[in-house]
Amino acid sequence: MPWQPGEAVPPTAFDPDVTFFTEEERAFVTAAVDRLIPADDYPSASELGVVDFIDHQLAGAYGRGDIYYMKGPFRDGLPTQGYQAQAPALLYRQAIADIRAGLARNDLADFTELEPEEQDRLLMGLSEGEDELEHTDAKTFFDTLWQNTLEGYFGDPVHGGNRDMEAWKMIGFPGARYDYRPWINHGGNPVKLEPVSVGGRMVP
Amino acid sequence: MSRILPEREVVIVGFGWTGAIMAEQLTEAGMDVLALERGVWRDTSTDYAVNNAQDEVRYRYRDELFEDLSRETLTFRNTSDQQALPMRMLGSFLPGTNVGGSGVHWNGQTWRFLPSDFQARSHNVERYGEDAIQDDMTIQDWGVTYDELEPHYDYFEKICGISGKAGNLNGEIQDGGNPFEGWRSSEYPNPPMEMVAAPLKFRDAARELGYNPFPGPSANMSQGYTNPLGVQLAPCTYCGFCEKYACGNYSKATATTTILPALMRRENFTLRTGAMVLRVEKDSSNSRATGVTYLNTEGEEFFQPAQMVILAGYITHNVNLLMQSGIGEIYNPETGEGQVGRNYAYQIMSGASVFYDDDFAVNPFVGAGALGQVIDEFNGDNFDHTGLGFIGGGYIAQWQTNGRPIESHPVPEGTPKFGAGWKKAVRESYNHTVGVGAHGAVMSFRGNYLDLDPTYTDAYGRPLMRLTFDFKQNDIRMSNYLTGKVAEIANAMGGREVSVSPVKTPYDIAPYQTTHNTGGHIMGDNPGNSVTNKYNQSWDLPNLFLTGAGNFPQNPGYNPTGTVAALAYHSAKAIREQYLRNPGPLVQA
Repeated sequence: MPWQPGEAVPPTAFDPDVTFFTEEERAFVTAAVDRLIPADDYPSASELGVVDFIDHQLAGAYGRGDIYYMKGPFRDGLPTQGYQAQAPALLYRQAIADIRAGLARNDLADFTELEPEEQDRLLMGLSEGEDELEHTDAKTFFDTLWQNTLEGYFGDPVHGGNRDMEAWKMIGFPGARYDYRPWINHGGNPVKLEPVSVGGRMVP
Repeated sequence: MSRILPEREVVIVGFGWTGAIMAEQLTEAGMDVLALERGVWRDTSTDYAVNNAQDEVRYRYRDELFEDLSRETLTFRNTSDQQALPMRMLGSFLPGTNVGGSGVHWNGQTWRFLPSDFQARSHNVERYGEDAIQDDMTIQDWGVTYDELEPHYDYFEKICGISGKAGNLNGEIQDGGNPFEGWRSSEYPNPPMEMVAAPLKFRDAARELGYNPFPGPSANMSQGYTNPLGVQLAPCTYCGFCEKYACGNYSKATATTTILPALMRRENFTLRTGAMVLRVEKDSSNSRATGVTYLNTEGEEFFQPAQMVILAGYITHNVNLLMQSGIGEIYNPETGEGQVGRNYAYQIMSGASVFYDDDFAVNPFVGAGALGQVIDEFNGDNFDHTGLGFIGGGYIAQWQTNGRPIESHPVPEGTPKFGAGWKKAVRESYNHTVGVGAHGAVMSFRGNYLDLDPTYTDAYGRPLMRLTFDFKQNDIRMSNYLTGKVAEIANAMGGREVSVSPVKTPYDIAPYQTTHNTGGHIMGDNPGNSVTNKYNQSWDLPNLFLTGAGNFPQNPGYNPTGTVAALAYHSAKAIREQYLRNPGPLVQA
C-alpha cells in the first residue's frame, strides 16, 4: 500500500467558469463583502476576488454541503448548537432573497443601492441575530458570509481570492513558505519576505 | 448477507496513533494483525508535500484531514432537558480520518499526566476531605498508576523523539525543566526547541513573578532523530502549519512518520483501507467477540472473524461501536446505571492577548505546534486548593503555533466587528500580538454523557450518538482562577494593552476549542464503575480491548496524546506477557 506513482493530490484549481450566483445575488454579495472589508490604502474584498472565491466555492462540494450532515429534520437550534441551516449554497440563496424581499416590502431601495451606513446597519442587524428572515437564520447567514469573506481575502490565491497575495502583503504574512529556520532568532525585528502561494509565485 | 472472510488472530478497528502502536507491538510479538481503516491511505511525500501542505482553505476550512460528517456525526445539547440537534459541521473539535487518524493533524504538545491525576478521587479526598467532590461529580481513580505507566511514557517519547527538558529525573529535580512533573527514568530524547521571541517574553515575565517556566515538550523535532524502530525524523523548519495540517517535512511525530515505515514491512501485518466497521459481533453466550462486520467502499458487507478485537477509533467512534453492538449497558444519568457513555469530559480553555507597538514584531508565522514556554504551578494538585471551591487545574503557556491569517488575526477589545476599523486593527495587530493560554482540566459529572439519539440517523441507518455536555461550576471556577493568573503574566509581558478572554459558558459546539474529548468507555477497578479494567480490556468480553482517551475517567489539565499512547503500550504489554499465555480476564471482576 505505501508509495505508488502519480498519487500526490494537488489543490483543486479555481475555475472562474464554475459559478453559482445569479446576477442579482452576485451584486448583493459584492456590495456586502465590500462593507465587511472596504477599500482603504489596501484593496477591498471584491477587489481581491472574494466574490469569485465564494461563487466558486458555492458551486462545488462546499456549497452542496457534501461533507456536512444534511439530513433532516431541520430545526432552529439553541445558540450553542451550531449550524442548523441548509447547505451553504441554499443558505445564501434563501437569505439573499429574503433580505431583498424584505427591503422591497418596506419600499426601501435594493441592498446594492443603500447608503453604506444603511448597508452596515443591516449587516450588523443580521450579525446580532436581531433581524428575522423568512426561510433561514439571519445570524447563520452573516456568520457564514463573514467566514467565507475571510477565507477569500486571506486564503491562498490558488482558490481564487487574495489576488496577487495583496492581503498577505498588507499584514506581512509570507504565505506558503516551509522553512523559517534562518529567522528563528529574529529578536523582535520584522521578518520581511515576499509571499509565495502553493500555486507558486505567479498566480493567474 | 455478509461475506465471511478467513479468521485473523487480531483485528484492529481504526488506524491512528493507537491502532499503529497496538499493531506494531503485537506483530513484534509474532501475532497476525489486520487493521481496518474507514479512510484512505495517506503518506507524507505524496499527500502532504511541502508545496501543497500550507493551504488554510483546503485543510482547515474544507476539512480535508477531518472526518466526513455526511456519513456519521453526533447530536448535541447542553442539558438533558433540551432537544439535541446534529453537529452538522465540525467546530469545537476536529477528529481525523484516513491512515494516521487525528494524530496526523495534531500540534505535538506531548505531556505526561501527574501521578496524582491517576488518583483523582482518592488523592483529593485525602487532602481536602469528601466535600471536595461536589454533588454531581463522578470522578474516580484510574486503576492504573503513574509508576506503572512511566516506562511506556518513556518509550513513546523515544518513538516520537520528543524535544524537551526533564524536570524530575528519578526523583531529582532538574534546573530548567518542569519541577512539578512525575519522575522520569530518562531525559527527553531531544533537546528543547530553540525559542522565538514571544515565548521568551512569557518566560521572562513568569520568572519575574516567581514561577518556573520551562520549554513545552514537543513532537516537533529540535534536530534530526532516529527512533528505536530505525525511522528517521528531520529537524522542524518552523513553518507554522502543525495543528489541523499534516507535516510535509517529516518533522512532526505521527503514526505515519514514526511507526508505519517499520510496521508496513512486516509480513504478519495487513492494513485494509476503505473498511467502515458497523459493529462488533459476539457469540451466542455474549461472552466473546467473534469479529467485526464492515462495509467496503462499494457498500458490500463483510464479516471479519477474529480471535481478538481492538477498538482503536476516536473516542466517539469507540463508544458508538459499543452502543451499536449492544456491548455493555448504556449509561442512564437518572439512575446512574450503565457504564457505556458515562463520564464524557473535555477541556476548558481561556486566555489573554498582549498587544505590542511597532517596536516589537512577533513574526507569528515563524512557529511550530509545540514551540513554547509553560508554567505548571496551577495544574492538577500542584497548588493548595483549600478554600478555592474547586479541584483540578491546568497549565499556562505561550505557544507560538502559527500566523495563519484566516484563523489568526487578533484585534484589541473595542475593535468594530467588521469594516474599515476592523481592517485597520488587523493590519496593525497581526505582527504585534502574543497570546497566552490556560489549558484546563474538566472533571466528570452525572449530567455529561453519551447515549443514542432517538431522532437522527447516520448514512448507514444507525441512530446517531447523542452528546449531552456543559461546563460545570467546579471547572468554571477553576478556569476563572487560571484566567486571573494568565492576566497577571500577560500584564507583566511589557505590551501596550491586554485583552482577557475568559471561558464562555454555556459550552458552544461551534467555535474550535480543542480535540481533547474523553471518557465514555472509562477504565476502573471493577465492572460496577467502568467499561474496561486497568489494561483497557472490556469487562464484558475479555477478547475485546479499547484504546484511546475514551478510557480516561475524567480529563486532566494536559494534552492527552502522551497518556493515550502510554495506555496503549501498557495494554499491549499485558496482552503479550499475560493474555497470550492465558486468554481470559486479566483482572478478575
